[in-house]
Amino acid sequence: MANTQTQQTGSSGVWRRLLHRPEAGGAISALLVFAFFAILAGHNGFLSLLGTAYWLDTASELGIIAIPVGMLMIGGEFDLSVGAVVGATSMIVAICSGSYGLPGWLGFTLAALFGGGVGLANGLIVVRTRLPSFIVTLSTMLMVTGSILGVSIALTGSSSISAIPNDFLGVLVAYKWHEFHVSILYWVLFGAAAIYVMERTSFGNWVYATGGNVLTARLAGVPTDRVKVILFILSSLGAVMVGTIETYNFQNGSITLGAQYVFSGIAACVIGGVLLTGGYGSLLGTAFGATTYGIVSLGVFFLGWNADLTELFIGMLLLLAVITNNRLRLMAMGR
Amino acid sequence: MTQPETPILELRGVTKSFLGVTAVSNLTLAVRPGRVLCLLGENGAGKSTVIKMLTGVERPSSGEMLIDGTVSTFESPRDARDRGIATVYQEVGTLPLMSVARNFVLAAEPQKGRGLFRRLDLEAAGRMAVERLKELGISRVTDGGQLVGTLSGGERQALAIARALHFGARLLVLDEPTAALGVRESATVLRLIERVRDSGVAVVFITHNAYHAHSVGDDFVILRRGETLDAFQRGDKQVGKIIELMAGGAELQSLLSQSEKHAMGR
Repeated sequence: MANTQTQQTGSSGVWRRLLHRPEAGGAISALLVFAFFAILAGHNGFLSLLGTAYWLDTASELGIIAIPVGMLMIGGEFDLSVGAVVGATSMIVAICSGSYGLPGWLGFTLAALFGGGVGLANGLIVVRTRLPSFIVTLSTMLMVTGSILGVSIALTGSSSISAIPNDFLGVLVAYKWHEFHVSILYWVLFGAAAIYVMERTSFGNWVYATGGNVLTARLAGVPTDRVKVILFILSSLGAVMVGTIETYNFQNGSITLGAQYVFSGIAACVIGGVLLTGGYGSLLGTAFGATTYGIVSLGVFFLGWNADLTELFIGMLLLLAVITNNRLRLMAMGR
Repeated sequence: MTQPETPILELRGVTKSFLGVTAVSNLTLAVRPGRVLCLLGENGAGKSTVIKMLTGVERPSSGEMLIDGTVSTFESPRDARDRGIATVYQEVGTLPLMSVARNFVLAAEPQKGRGLFRRLDLEAAGRMAVERLKELGISRVTDGGQLVGTLSGGERQALAIARALHFGARLLVLDEPTAALGVRESATVLRLIERVRDSGVAVVFITHNAYHAHSVGDDFVILRRGETLDAFQRGDKQVGKIIELMAGGAELQSLLSQSEKHAMGR
């Protein structure tokens, strides 16, 4: 090992530098699963324009959730309530526009206020009580789902609302070009903005520091509590965005809509190289993680395999990611 | 040193008790610019209570505290920091998974650009960090983008100290800076302390290692169970005498000096 390292020059040095970046693991896993399904499912339509649109759509919705979830994880906290907020958003938007015929933007605004409130509550509870966010957001997840379900049954007598009229908001969030959803565009825009914030602003520096060691950050003068509360709010707002997009896409409001995001959001971040304990990772990596997820779920579909195999694949990738991320991080630390 | 400068911080007959339990009693000390005050003592001697009073975390129960020659107290740790008192912690001084530059400027990041394009000036941060480290005698760090986790223990201390000095510290409180370090790393930190002292900054060096204290200290205060056992100046006492005072027993002194001599290796 030592021998090969001393002989490395020029281009291999560039490779080493790239491998030391936090998003390296995510990029490699995205490339690997793409190659895997391109070979196995290429002739089944995986490589077609339609196939590409499908996996990009899946990746974009998960990707939008995973951006703020990744920021929060880098900041050292978890949010298990995002799935519940997706479902709650879906119900709020659907009840407003489907059951009461109110304009879509009103439903969206209500959902954003509700989601922002959940994020604020998550953040305040975590920083005030110093309890693990895992347990705090598990509680709020259950409370959000339960309360929205109760309200829905009381107002409409049902927990699922269909027939959402397509209004201006619908066009804005569910527009399609061929099968490419506009959510892909939002993913790229939000992703680019978030990467800029994380890598090039003071706030980003504070997020990394807060997740790295909250005491060190506080002693240095970082307002760590405020940083965390903001991150929790952003996390919920990402869920509101995706809840709205999906409700208009499926023309259906359902409380279970976001259930899969509880852990797939975290999985995308970890596959993308975000450290579970916080303080390290990158949002570009998170985007690679979401891409991996999209490729695997559609690749399995195009192969005609049972959809449950997606979970098996993701589970394996996740485990592999945690192991290799640790190695890569130690390499970056020069050990 | 015939006419010493006004101390930045001075305690006169200070006692601090918590719920009736006296942690420090009748302590008198002065921290002057360009001098290293060593605060020596074993665990439980009251060193951390003294640190807390010097850095504005706690206020004396009785006695006088003078800041720049006038009787006063710190309102809060922030107040102390704003008046140039900085504490450098060994364990939590730096963030290993962030770059040297990002660590150096944390919570006071230099910016460039305007409006929406206002952003971190990482180049400037890196340049400042490398320059400041060089001033402290650390020349191995040349890239601000290097992760702090790749630095040695002594270099990390240097970074934390450089950061404090850069943001206007004139009195550094170093809490056990050599405690978990090997011989060579300890030497690096002791040289750092000398450099900082020579630049005119006041240093409070808290340690339980008499050799480390003896090698850089100008003024010494030895605490035991909250009491001031002795206070003296450089050259007044030999290392062995200091150890004896600290430990309070001749047997322990002989044990300590054996192992310490071995550890010093010269």
